Amino acid sequence: MKTASSIMLTLIAFALLTVATPGVAQATVDCLSCHADAGIQDGSGHSVSVDAQKFHSSIHGSLKCGDCHTAIKDYPHPDRVTPVKCDSCHADEAAGLLGSVHGNGAEHPCTSCHGDAHAIFPKEDPRSAVYPLNIPRTCSTCHGDKGMAKQHGLASVYPLYIDSIHGFALSKEGLLVAANCQSCHGSHHILSHKDPQSRTYKSNIPKTCGSCHAGITADYDVGVHGKAVAKGHLDAPVCSDCHTAHAILQPTEAAFRTQSTPICGSCHKEKFSTYRDTFHSQLGALGGYVETARCWDCHGAHDVLPASDPRSPIAPANLVATCGRCHAGANASFVQYQPHANARNRKLNPALYFIRLFMNLLLASVLTFFVIHTVLWLIRSRYDQIKRRPAEGGKNA
Amino acid sequence: MRFTRAQRTLHAVLFTTFLGLAGTGLPLRFSQSYWARRFASSVGGFGAILFFHKLCAVVLTLAFLYHVKDIFTRGLIHREKGVFWGSTSMMGNWKDVKDLFGHLRWFVGLGPKPQFERYAYWEKFDYWAVFWGMIVIGFSGYAMWFAPFFATFLPGWALNAVLVIHSEEGLLAILFIFSIHFVNTHLRPDSFPMDMVIFTGVESEEEFKTKRPEEYARLASQGKLEARISEKPAIWLVNFSRVVGFTAILIGLVLLILTLSAYLRE
Repeated sequence: MKTASSIMLTLIAFALLTVATPGVAQATVDCLSCHADAGIQDGSGHSVSVDAQKFHSSIHGSLKCGDCHTAIKDYPHPDRVTPVKCDSCHADEAAGLLGSVHGNGAEHPCTSCHGDAHAIFPKEDPRSAVYPLNIPRTCSTCHGDKGMAKQHGLASVYPLYIDSIHGFALSKEGLLVAANCQSCHGSHHILSHKDPQSRTYKSNIPKTCGSCHAGITADYDVGVHGKAVAKGHLDAPVCSDCHTAHAILQPTEAAFRTQSTPICGSCHKEKFSTYRDTFHSQLGALGGYVETARCWDCHGAHDVLPASDPRSPIAPANLVATCGRCHAGANASFVQYQPHANARNRKLNPALYFIRLFMNLLLASVLTFFVIHTVLWLIRSRYDQIKRRPAEGGKNA
Repeated sequence: MRFTRAQRTLHAVLFTTFLGLAGTGLPLRFSQSYWARRFASSVGGFGAILFFHKLCAVVLTLAFLYHVKDIFTRGLIHREKGVFWGSTSMMGNWKDVKDLFGHLRWFVGLGPKPQFERYAYWEKFDYWAVFWGMIVIGFSGYAMWFAPFFATFLPGWALNAVLVIHSEEGLLAILFIFSIHFVNTHLRPDSFPMDMVIFTGVESEEEFKTKRPEEYARLASQGKLEARISEKPAIWLVNFSRVVGFTAILIGLVLLILTLSAYLRE
């Protein structure tokens, strides 16, 4: 008995399934009998065509049309239908979007990032608009240098990003781990960098960058800049102040070495001015000789510490080693050199001050005397020439 | 004949390397100025500039050492007269002081024109200015080049001082040569547009007599004028010298203008 009823149940279930399966397909096929036509348009001229093959291979390929287009029950359906509500399934994402910079659903429908609604693929699929290697291009439709960016006063960041080290890693090496837009900004819950909750708010940036660059962030947290930011002093630099946000360069590159000294100088003005008086700066002011010491070559880049801290590369005990990295044979006397000496400051550098004064006086007095001497001479000898040989215009006196 | 081949060669080496040093030193001194950056990038960056600067410096140092050796060989070993003192020497003497004041009086019409000997006081000043400059700039330059070595016997602050000394003394040399020396020696009406004697070695007897009457009179009284007579320089030498000389003066004047503009803007 038991066996017989089991068989019966199985048969019924099978029969139901075989009937039901063509039914699901049937519903989609019914819609496609019109919508598969590539030229089909709605009343206002928008294409309402669906590529059946693409749709079936998409992540939503197993759904029926009516699962999303819930307003449509029968055929013929009304000309205007209510828009599809993605949040009926994707509630978490919709909650994230709410209050984000893209929170206005009318301006930023899901499809503006995820692409064609009937061809949405999982983000691990290279065909997806939000596949890591495709994200920058997707975001660039608005945040690129053309179109929307200008209209809405958005920063055109895509060209900066794509030529950065992250952009190269992504576009040239195809590295899935290369930072793309959403690695830093997040995906659905993107907040303005002015919002303290934002991943790109100044004090949150070390943590955001640290999600990949953990070692650097650990160094940074130890240094004076990291400590200041942690205490809420937002004048202190975070990663993006030195490296920029989007146009990040390889720090050993000539371009970065030459552009970033003035960045330190934008806060450390006095140090920058005295640095400029030195050979390090004069020689390194341009590309082509980038080896000369920049700020961080001596001070450290991320774990910047004052000279009073024994861990600092500019602590007196470490100077021979620090200078010795470039100057082979550096000794205790050599490191007494002052890389920020100010020859204009009599109190700080008296010897230098008086040497400069002496040299300037020498220069001024020699030149003044000889300029007067020469000018008088010129006038007198020309006068003499003309007086003696007026007929020849004074030639060859 | 006024200058021997060796003297003319020395002057040629001197002004060639000096132009090289000035041309590569100025962009370093005024590294923030637009022309310095443009120039640097056009010749292959500051690495190239520094290389040429050092190259010229080494050549000039060798020329300087050769000159010093030559002076001492002639003066001490060959016992040549008039090297260290006397009317043909570069050493300053009482007559130079009198000539300077006499010359100044003549400028303003208060006295007769002084009668100059072989080397007039401003020529001696040029010589000793270059001599002193070479020691000062050379020493401070090598101190920067081989800083760790020099630091074994110099205090650390001296390494700061040498840059100040090097750049200020270099600036003085550049301003002096490209304005005072150019005008006094080449552009003044008596020699305008260029005194060719340093290139060809010879000048006309008339020019000699006008410019250095006392030397002329001395040679005449000693009966040595004949020995000084030399052949007229070959046309190619005169033309070649003109091209080289005018190029040097042109480069010098351009550098002078750039220097003054950058210096005044600082």
